Amino acid sequence: MLIRKGAEADLYSEEWHGLDVVFKKRVQKKYRISKLDLEIRRSRTIRESQLIHDAKLAGIPTPAIYAVDTTSTTIIMQQIKGWRVKEALDNLDPRDREKLCLHIGELIGRLHKNDIIHGDLTTSNMIVYDGGKVFFIDFGLGEHSRETEDRGVDLFLMKRALQGAHHLCAKECFNALIKGYSEEIGADVAEEVFDKVEEISRRGRYIAERL
Amino acid sequence: MNKKVLCLGVESTAHTFGISLASSEGEILSDVNSTYTPLPSEGIHPRKAAQHHSNVAPEVLRLSLQKAGIKLRDIDAIAFSIGPGLGPALRTGATLARALSIWLDKPIVPVHHAVAHIEIGRLTTGSKDPLVLLVSGGHTTIATYAMKRWRILGETEDITLGNLLDVFARKAKLDFPGGPAVEDLARKGRNFIGLPYVVKGNDVSYSGLLTAAIKKLKDGERIEDLCYSLQEVAFAMLTEATERALAYIEKEEILLTGGVAANERLQSMIQEVAQEHDTKLFIVPKRFSGDCGAQIAWTGVLAHQHGVQVDVGKSFVKPKWRLDQVDIPWRE
Repeated sequence: MLIRKGAEADLYSEEWHGLDVVFKKRVQKKYRISKLDLEIRRSRTIRESQLIHDAKLAGIPTPAIYAVDTTSTTIIMQQIKGWRVKEALDNLDPRDREKLCLHIGELIGRLHKNDIIHGDLTTSNMIVYDGGKVFFIDFGLGEHSRETEDRGVDLFLMKRALQGAHHLCAKECFNALIKGYSEEIGADVAEEVFDKVEEISRRGRYIAERL
Repeated sequence: MNKKVLCLGVESTAHTFGISLASSEGEILSDVNSTYTPLPSEGIHPRKAAQHHSNVAPEVLRLSLQKAGIKLRDIDAIAFSIGPGLGPALRTGATLARALSIWLDKPIVPVHHAVAHIEIGRLTTGSKDPLVLLVSGGHTTIATYAMKRWRILGETEDITLGNLLDVFARKAKLDFPGGPAVEDLARKGRNFIGLPYVVKGNDVSYSGLLTAAIKKLKDGERIEDLCYSLQEVAFAMLTEATERALAYIEKEEILLTGGVAANERLQSMIQEVAQEHDTKLFIVPKRFSGDCGAQIAWTGVLAHQHGVQVDVGKSFVKPKWRLDQVDIPWRE
C-alpha cells in the first residue's frame, strides 16, 4: 500500500516474510534525462543503504535494512511506526520540545563524530518512536566526511528547515539542538562547526551584514 | 477607501530601467522598459548601467504616462525598487522617484525587487498561496509565505541560475542576454555531456557546474551539446530542490517567476513535478518575467494601501536587502 509520495521515492507499507516493512522505491523522474536519472537513483540507493547501516553501528537509531535492489532502485527496510518530528514538534509543550531538540542535536553530533554527514536534515526525515526514541531516515544525499564544511552545511540545512516550517519555535529549537550537539561532539569541535554555519549563512545572496 | 489608487513604479535594479502605472484594481496601465546591453565579453557594468538609466529615464517616463493616458498630478504614490541590486543603478531610479515625490508632494514607497517578482506573478496568474520558485539573474530562491514574511526553503549556495547562464553564454561568445541564447542552442543539442550535479537538501550549488561547463567549452565540445547538457543538469538540480521543498511544505500551488521563468525547458520540468504531486503550476507571463516597471508599480499599490512609505530623506537604497527580511503587511 502506498503510504507516502516523497520528493524522490514512493514509500509502500508491506508485509514481507512476516515483517512489517517499507519498500522505498526511488522512482524515475521524468524531468531528468534517463541516463542522468538512473545514475542518480542507483548511487543514492546504494549510498543510503550503506549510511543507514553505518549510522546504526555508530549508535544512531535507523531502520534495519533487509534488502537492496539496485535495478529497481528499491530498499526494503524495517517500518518505524511513529510520528515525523515535523508533526511532533508542533504538538509538544515547550519543555518537551526542548528535550526532543536537545536529543536530536546529540544524535546529529554522534553522526558527525562518526564521520557521517546526513545531507538532508529536516524535521520530516526523523521519526519519533514510542518513549522518545528518534530514528533518522533518508540518507540519500549523505556521505562520509569529517570536514567542518560538510558538518556546517548539515547543521545549516537543519536550521533552515526549522525556520521554513516551524518559524514560531525555530530559534528555541535550534538553540536546544546545538546544545545537544555540543555536548556530544565536544565544545571545541562544536564551536568550529557553529562558526562554519555562520559563514555559510553569510554566503547566501544579499546578506546585509556583509556590507 | 474605495477610490481607485494610482501608483507609478520605477524599476532600476540591474540592466533594465522601467516605469509603469498600476491601479488598485489590478490594472497595469502601462509598462515601458529600456534595457542596457553590455558590450560583448563584458558583464553588466554598474556605472554604465546607471548611465544608460539616467539617459533613457525622461523618455521612458514620458512614454509610460502617455500610454497610460495619465497626468502626473493624478498619481497617488511613487514606488521604486529600493533593493537588492547594483548600487549605482538603484540610485538612478531612486533619484527620479525622490524628485517626483517632492515635486508632486506624494508619498514615496520602497519596494523589494524580489517581492515584486512574486507579486506580479500572483497578480497575473491568479495564484494565491504558492510555493514560489524565483529564478533570475539576482535570485535563485524557493520560498513560502507565512505570517507576514517570506520564508526561504532553498536557494543557491553560490551563483544564481541567471548568472550561470549569462556567464557561460559570455564565455561562449553568445548574444546578451545569455538565457535565451543558451535555450535556442540547447534545442539543437543531441549528446549529453556529464556535468557536476550538486543538490544539498533543498539547496543547489552552481559554481562547480559553471567551471566544468567552461572547461568543456575550452576542450572543444560542441556548443549545442554543451548548452543542452548545461540546461538539463542545472534545471534538474533546481527541479529536484523544488520537489523536495514541495514535499516538505505541502503547498497546493507552485509559482514560477523571474527572468528564467520564461525558459520552456525549465517550465516543462517544473510542470512534471507539479503533476506528480497534484499541484497547480502558475507561470508568470513572459512579458512580466524579466525585470519591469510593472512589478514595482503593482507591488507599490499593495504597499501604499497598507501604509508602507519612507521619508525622502531616509530613502537610501538597500543593495543587499534579503527577501526574508521584508515585512509583508498586505497579506494575512
